[in-house]
Amino acid sequence: MSLLSVRDLVVKFAMRHQTLTALDHISFELAQGERLGIVGESGAGKSITGFAILNLLSQPGFIAGGKIMFDGKDMAALSSEEIRLIRGDRIAMIFQDPMVTLNPVLTIGEQMVETLQAHRNISRSDAEKIAIVKLREVYIPAPEERLSQYPHELSGGMRQRIIIAIALLLDPQLIIADEPTTALDVTIQADIMELLLELCQNNKVSLILITHDLGVVSQMTERTLVMYAGKIIESGKTREIVNDPQHPYTQGLINALPQQTVAGHRLKQIPGNMPGLGSLPPGCAFHPRCDFATDICKKSVPEFVSFADVKVACHEVARLHKTKKAEAKDG
Amino acid sequence: MFAYLVKRIFQAAAVMFVISIISFAIQDNLGDPLRELVGQSVSEEVRNELREEMGLNDSFFVQYTRFAKKAITGDLGTSYFFKEPALTVILKKLPATLELVLGASIIIIGLSIPLGVYTAIRPKAVLSKAIMGLSIVGISIPVFLTAILMIYFFAVEMRLLPSYGRGDVVEVFGYWKTNFATWDGFKHIIMPSIALASIMLPLFIRLIRSEMMETLQSDYVRYAWAKGIKAKRIWFLHALKNTMLPVITVGGVQIGTMVAYTILTETVFQWPGMGFMFLEAVNRVDTPLIVAYLIIVGFIFVVTNTLVDLLYGLVNPTVKLARMGA
Repeated sequence: MSLLSVRDLVVKFAMRHQTLTALDHISFELAQGERLGIVGESGAGKSITGFAILNLLSQPGFIAGGKIMFDGKDMAALSSEEIRLIRGDRIAMIFQDPMVTLNPVLTIGEQMVETLQAHRNISRSDAEKIAIVKLREVYIPAPEERLSQYPHELSGGMRQRIIIAIALLLDPQLIIADEPTTALDVTIQADIMELLLELCQNNKVSLILITHDLGVVSQMTERTLVMYAGKIIESGKTREIVNDPQHPYTQGLINALPQQTVAGHRLKQIPGNMPGLGSLPPGCAFHPRCDFATDICKKSVPEFVSFADVKVACHEVARLHKTKKAEAKDG
Repeated sequence: MFAYLVKRIFQAAAVMFVISIISFAIQDNLGDPLRELVGQSVSEEVRNELREEMGLNDSFFVQYTRFAKKAITGDLGTSYFFKEPALTVILKKLPATLELVLGASIIIIGLSIPLGVYTAIRPKAVLSKAIMGLSIVGISIPVFLTAILMIYFFAVEMRLLPSYGRGDVVEVFGYWKTNFATWDGFKHIIMPSIALASIMLPLFIRLIRSEMMETLQSDYVRYAWAKGIKAKRIWFLHALKNTMLPVITVGGVQIGTMVAYTILTETVFQWPGMGFMFLEAVNRVDTPLIVAYLIIVGFIFVVTNTLVDLLYGLVNPTVKLARMGA
């Protein structure tokens, strides 16, 4: 049985004049110990997926349909107290920007101890002992001294390590990491990712890694979802998706990676921008930016179907696949 | 910390210097002090003699220097009416005013925090809307009207509370007379305190509410929810502590303002404090007393602001007082 199962999740935002659909029938499964990447541009709905799982959508967002099952429990059927007990304990979250995630007026120790005490009947000194062990696990030097420090006394990379340590405090089954390195220096990004991978593997924790970086996903995860304008457009094993992407959008993302470009040449980018939720085009939402779009793409929304080793939502996937093969032969 | 303290004290001294010049300059614009001193029957020659003797014919600079030299030693001149040092007169009235400000502050702090937090947490509740509506009414009604309406209802109609004076006060520490020691004294301070609080309370409810709503939207509050922290702890520790940082700064300024506001409240309730005294001094053109009052109020203002800035440094860990001295 899978640890997390999301079925036809729909999230809407009730704006003043209209209701926008931010997530449109998102479905995926996650097994215990499995690592899943969710990839897409800003605004595709990646973060909203993460927050929806913990029922932490900010106003005016709300879950309008679908089912989220975690560890055999239907999240919608739980009381707010039961959901609180899952948050931070069974499912931990790592936020995007460590500079604003920790409370500026509370010490690191306070913010770690309170997390333990919110879920366990534990004394302050015992909680501090656990906190020190976890800080050591994320390679924080002099962890005893950190407890009495405030967030502003620490660097961004150090704060993100502490946030990872807080995520591990209660040995969760699942960690949702929402772009955990986007706000950090490039030099620290790789360290943090490596640490996260190591800890997930050692502790058999499942991971949902939300990112826009396919390169990171290929190193960190076993399976990948590619999202575009609130929909999943391609999903499958990370290896398959990175080596043989089927959807033109995924192909565009991979071609845009610096590794795919010969030094000295311009990076290949996908033309145009993702449409806003209020102005989605009819048919396939990607067709205005797609080189392969035909008439049918402008009219009907493509089904999400199995193709080759992955699932993909594209009308022209078969034709595309053939051309690609032919190109590979010629090349 | 020490360097910062010294810097703040120098700033405070500079502000006091400016206040003293302005206060002293007012003297020349309040009419002829001799008329108040000697009355109408004294001849012009004697008046001129007296003027020369009192140094009123000297230049502004000479007069101010003479005044400032004495002021530093605590001599702010002698009240024409009371024939006593102005400072002594004011210090006698000071406890009554400070107790009034204390009463109003207790009401403001005791009500604005819970009401501000409640309206921020439950912005759509009927009670929140009622509080916000009433707060607008509270801001709009002037203090003297609130005071007169309260006297009419609670003193005249219902005969619940006394309408004027301090009532039964008890002397403590040999100098300070307090209203908070007897039931009669306590009854006397209720209405004046409410009247004085009526302007600031709605302002503080609205300030705390808007700061709190902003804080509740912050990433660190959302993160606290994601950690499974209980709602009460998130509201009253995570959010409130951050909310109070800007409120403390504003609050410090307002305490000073409130000392000045007491003029209205004390006049309506015949409260024997320094605000009431000031108004009487103006009527009597008691120039030294007016100047001394302005300087003392300015001094209270400067001291509270300095204290609040120091307090802010203690509450907010991101302000390192040691570094601010640089």
